Amino acid sequence: MDIHEYQAKELLAGFGVAIPRGKVAYTPEQAAFAATELGGSFWAVKAQLHAGGRGKAGGVRLCRTHHEVAVAAADLLGRNLVTHQTGPEGKPVQRIYIEVAEPFEREIYLGLVLDRKIQRIRVIASAQGGMEIEDIAHNDPSSIKEARVEPAVGMQPFQARELAFGLGLNSKQVSRATTAILACYRAFRDLDATMVEINPLVVTADDRVIALDAKMSFDDNALFRQPGIAEMRDPAQEDPREAQANQHGLNYVGLSGDIGCIINGAGLAMATMDMIKYAGGEPANFLDVGGGASPERVGEAFRLVLSDKNVKAILVNIFAGINRCDWVAQGVVQAAAGLTVPLIVRLAGTNVEAGQKIIRESGLPIISADDLASAAKLAVAAAR
Amino acid sequence: MSILIDETTPVIVQGYTGDKATFHAREMIAYGTHVVGGVTPGKGGQEHLGRPVFDTVKDAVRATGAQASLAFVPPPYAGDALMEAADAGLRLVCIITDGIPAQDMMRVKRYLLRYPESSRILIVGPNCAGIISAGKAMLGIMPSNIYQRGSVGIVSRSGTLGYEAAAQMKALGIGVTTSVGIGGDPINGSSFLDHLSLFNDDPETRAVVMIGEIGGQQEAEAAAWVQANMKKPVVGYVAGLTAPKGRRMGHAGAIISAAGDTAAEKAQIMREHGLFVAPSAAELGATVAKALAKVS
Repeated sequence: MDIHEYQAKELLAGFGVAIPRGKVAYTPEQAAFAATELGGSFWAVKAQLHAGGRGKAGGVRLCRTHHEVAVAAADLLGRNLVTHQTGPEGKPVQRIYIEVAEPFEREIYLGLVLDRKIQRIRVIASAQGGMEIEDIAHNDPSSIKEARVEPAVGMQPFQARELAFGLGLNSKQVSRATTAILACYRAFRDLDATMVEINPLVVTADDRVIALDAKMSFDDNALFRQPGIAEMRDPAQEDPREAQANQHGLNYVGLSGDIGCIINGAGLAMATMDMIKYAGGEPANFLDVGGGASPERVGEAFRLVLSDKNVKAILVNIFAGINRCDWVAQGVVQAAAGLTVPLIVRLAGTNVEAGQKIIRESGLPIISADDLASAAKLAVAAAR
Repeated sequence: MSILIDETTPVIVQGYTGDKATFHAREMIAYGTHVVGGVTPGKGGQEHLGRPVFDTVKDAVRATGAQASLAFVPPPYAGDALMEAADAGLRLVCIITDGIPAQDMMRVKRYLLRYPESSRILIVGPNCAGIISAGKAMLGIMPSNIYQRGSVGIVSRSGTLGYEAAAQMKALGIGVTTSVGIGGDPINGSSFLDHLSLFNDDPETRAVVMIGEIGGQQEAEAAAWVQANMKKPVVGYVAGLTAPKGRRMGHAGAIISAAGDTAAEKAQIMREHGLFVAPSAAELGATVAKALAKVS
């Protein structure tokens, strides 16, 4: 789960990271008022969206008057901002963050990630802040310093100090950077994050170390014990179909093709989509109905897939283990009544003959497939 | 021989008296698995499915000599259940649960280092279908009738794709020694390599099918190990050629977030290390047949 910059800053500040003074606004009037309240004479008006690259896309405006703040806010709010991370449709800007802008001298990169290879939290820092980490890794890999956290004791101050000294900071700056790094680690650990990124972490002329930007992502599996984080969810930043799928315990990812997919099991779903591509077609979506393919679940899956207007055919591939094929077939037949696009169904596993019989005798124009390859071919042909 | 479990392995079920556990324990017993009891804290002393229920895993092990456990424990308590299993001296625990927080698995893996390697538990899963040694024993939720007894091992991240492989093989008259689901999570109890190593040492297993997917380095790591160590042919397949970057495809661990994470890259790495790569998911069985023909 992702959150906005202003939410990440609020969370990290609670753990001890220094952040610029700022306020969130939903209208140009609120933005101007925020600038008044914050005081000062120089502000950054920043579009809030769940994607990076907004600077290059004009999503951050520097303003010197309240009027400029209001104008910038009016321009940003309500538009879909397209960055190199959002895809061509962009993401809606419904909130902006007004921050007091101050000069700084250095930009540092700081990131934390749960590294699945070493099965540890990895902390990465580079003196080449302000650039994307992929570019830093490409252009100046030796600038990247890292620390691995030992879960039994957590990140130790010496590890943060080593990173900070490795960035060429002076001792006052090192002390403050150490605080920021350890604070990010504790936030990562205590809030079940999967990623924390401060880019840039800036150093000012008077040796302050401040998070100028902040990104955080969280482990969906841990939201049950992070109600404060779960509350920060912004559905406007998510694909509405995916948000709806989530609500019904379905796993859905929208794609750009025209063959809707309903499958049980993520691996089988990906494999089926691969088969569709081999057969010359394009999947419209990934959809894992999970272990319990009950009639209600199957019905909801159909609704979800059909809400994509691009769908010209639907492929159902269910390998029934504990869910018997006849039970699944009943659900499919129920959901398929009144369907206006071709439906190809491949059932396998327990009670497959009984399931196929139910499909045959339903009187509905359902195309039955025996195996993966023919199911994909039939679906591709039907979509043409 | 098969690996991990057979019909003599005494098995307990953690979360024994829950609905799902009860259903699957019944299936396991019917299959011939030597289920000797289970654990539900607070229900010790009761009987369930004709076997004793215990309050703690240690009690269960002491009373029954259990060696392996199937854990059906909800995500908030799963990490704890795994550590309890490790501390009770079991040699194997298979955890079906989907939805365990990643940092909990990180802590569980760290916890295991408390024990010397010789007495350290092997965790299979989480978010997996389990383990089945065809014709002998089942520690999981798979449909047992699709596994013919034979000489090919299966190790897979995906449950239903593993079933697809077993079914395709059965249709060609090819049977299975053991099928292991390592699960779809980014931090798992054991990797492809761990089980390939066991299959390598199993005299009954003549070939292995390895079913991977996008995300992580474990397929690449296994491929390198196979080239250096494996005495038997390995068939590989990687699901997710059409998966877009950065999107989680169902499994918590099925996400392309770094170089080497894509299906195409993994398939290429497998080829370069001498694995037989199934060109599509529909040809899993056929590729196994090809690999077996090459060795006999």
